[in-house]
Amino acid sequence: MSCLQTIADYGLRSIGIGERLLPRSDFTLCQQFTLIGSGMIWNIYFGVMALAAGFFLATVLALGKGSRHRIARKPAEWFIFIFRGSPLFIQFFFAYFTFLSLKGVSPVFDPFTAAWLGALIVLFFNTSAYTGEIFHGALKSIPKGDLEAADAYGLSGWARFRRITFPTMLRLAWPAYTNEAIFLFHATTLVFFSGFPAWQQRGDALYYAKFFADKTFNPFVPYPILAFYFILLTLAVIALYGFANRYLNRHLPQEARRRLRIRLNLIR
Amino acid sequence: MFEFCTDPASLEGLSWLACYLTTGKHMAFYASFGTVLLLLAVILPTSLLFGFAGASAARSRFWPLSILGKTYSAIVRGVPDIAFFLFFVIALDQAFEYVRHRALCPDWSEPVRQGNDFVVCTAAKLPLSTSPAWMHDAYAFFLAVLTFAIVYGAFAAQVLYGAMRAVPRAQIETAEAYGMSHAQAFWRILVPQMWIYALPGLGNLWMIMVKATPLLFLLGIQDIVYWARDLGGTKQARFTDYPHGDWRMYYFGALLVFYLTLTWVSEKVLDRLTRRLSHGQATAAGEAMRRAGA
Repeated sequence: MSCLQTIADYGLRSIGIGERLLPRSDFTLCQQFTLIGSGMIWNIYFGVMALAAGFFLATVLALGKGSRHRIARKPAEWFIFIFRGSPLFIQFFFAYFTFLSLKGVSPVFDPFTAAWLGALIVLFFNTSAYTGEIFHGALKSIPKGDLEAADAYGLSGWARFRRITFPTMLRLAWPAYTNEAIFLFHATTLVFFSGFPAWQQRGDALYYAKFFADKTFNPFVPYPILAFYFILLTLAVIALYGFANRYLNRHLPQEARRRLRIRLNLIR
Repeated sequence: MFEFCTDPASLEGLSWLACYLTTGKHMAFYASFGTVLLLLAVILPTSLLFGFAGASAARSRFWPLSILGKTYSAIVRGVPDIAFFLFFVIALDQAFEYVRHRALCPDWSEPVRQGNDFVVCTAAKLPLSTSPAWMHDAYAFFLAVLTFAIVYGAFAAQVLYGAMRAVPRAQIETAEAYGMSHAQAFWRILVPQMWIYALPGLGNLWMIMVKATPLLFLLGIQDIVYWARDLGGTKQARFTDYPHGDWRMYYFGALLVFYLTLTWVSEKVLDRLTRRLSHGQATAAGEAMRRAGA
């Protein structure tokens, strides 16, 4: 079987298009590359959706945590503490079994026990909490002068937030937020190793990598392939966020611009 | 455990719960919390050792060593740590067996990799098929510790490398002015001073490790996640004295609380440690303490 044929068969296997049966023996390099790559669809889906939705909740949480009112501050603080203080792995298990119990109460919860929704919700809450903390830190370090200048121009309320506070917060938070995005993509590999089942063996990249490692008893091929895909993904994230970073900092003189530094200060 | 537990069917309410929570399996569950804490106690020093070696290598003036050290700490940035866990557990096992195979069975002619099998001679198997069950457990735990140490050693290397660079250059220059050699300045000046700069990063590392401990489950250890799944699952009256429905939600809820407590306590301890270590240091915090004391 030629490699093109394999790609046609297995390229979209992880979302249920193409050949249903997984290869059983004589695993070729092409099959491993194709199937693990096909699993990356799930990693990208989880990462992109959670980040996109998490951005908004994180902003709300950051504002809540920075609020002077107890009613707004306490829930945001607890939310952030619970999701940052416990392992994502346990959160997945807990959410899965909770949804499983709720399923017995009402059929509305049926889709929640599937990874595409249930795990997405956990990842969404989790990244919101981490990003919320980052945004909160950025909110606190907005230069006083910027806000005083806004006052001097007569900006207040929504206009001040929209034009001064929010852009400055984003600009300050962006390097840390890039990290968060990278590690969120890494965290998506946990989904199919926690409670959430991979229905009809439609799993993510690590799921297929482990499948091959278990079948061939040779970890030295599938895991480096997975590493290759993830390094590509990480580079893509850095490039995209770097682009946004330049956009956010475009008004600053060259030497005052904050360069993106990728640091390992976040993990779940 | 209690005397009234002899006939579980007749129990009600709280006494049922008391008996249920003290069954043999639950005791194993509680002991596995000890496994988690033991793992943490073992991997912190080992990964610091790996990290220290990595950071020193990255600082080396001998470039192949420095490249090696930098690659080691850089690779975990691009690849998910859980992939490393799954990889190293098999890879280390096969590496050990291969080395033993080479040493113990020199006249073995067949290749080690035959298709989808990894074949070594019987004498090279780890642990030996004749060894008792606890050896198998101990070997699995040893592999898990080594895997954790390698992965988090890379994180520690990153932190320590940064800390070594943060020690003011003037300190080293003074040491050199006193005629210390490169090694002497490293061990007597740099290493004692770097910890305060490393502390925020090491605190982070500790939190990372605490939150990574449930991954033990993926390495095939009977840890708290294993027991929570096992004990929480639906129990039929036919197989157990204590039948119940699907309680996994509550068991994982308890684990969630355990981890939240652990991170909360760690945060408090780290805060105190920072204050203690800042004492007498040439940093802003140390200066503030000096002023306050004077």
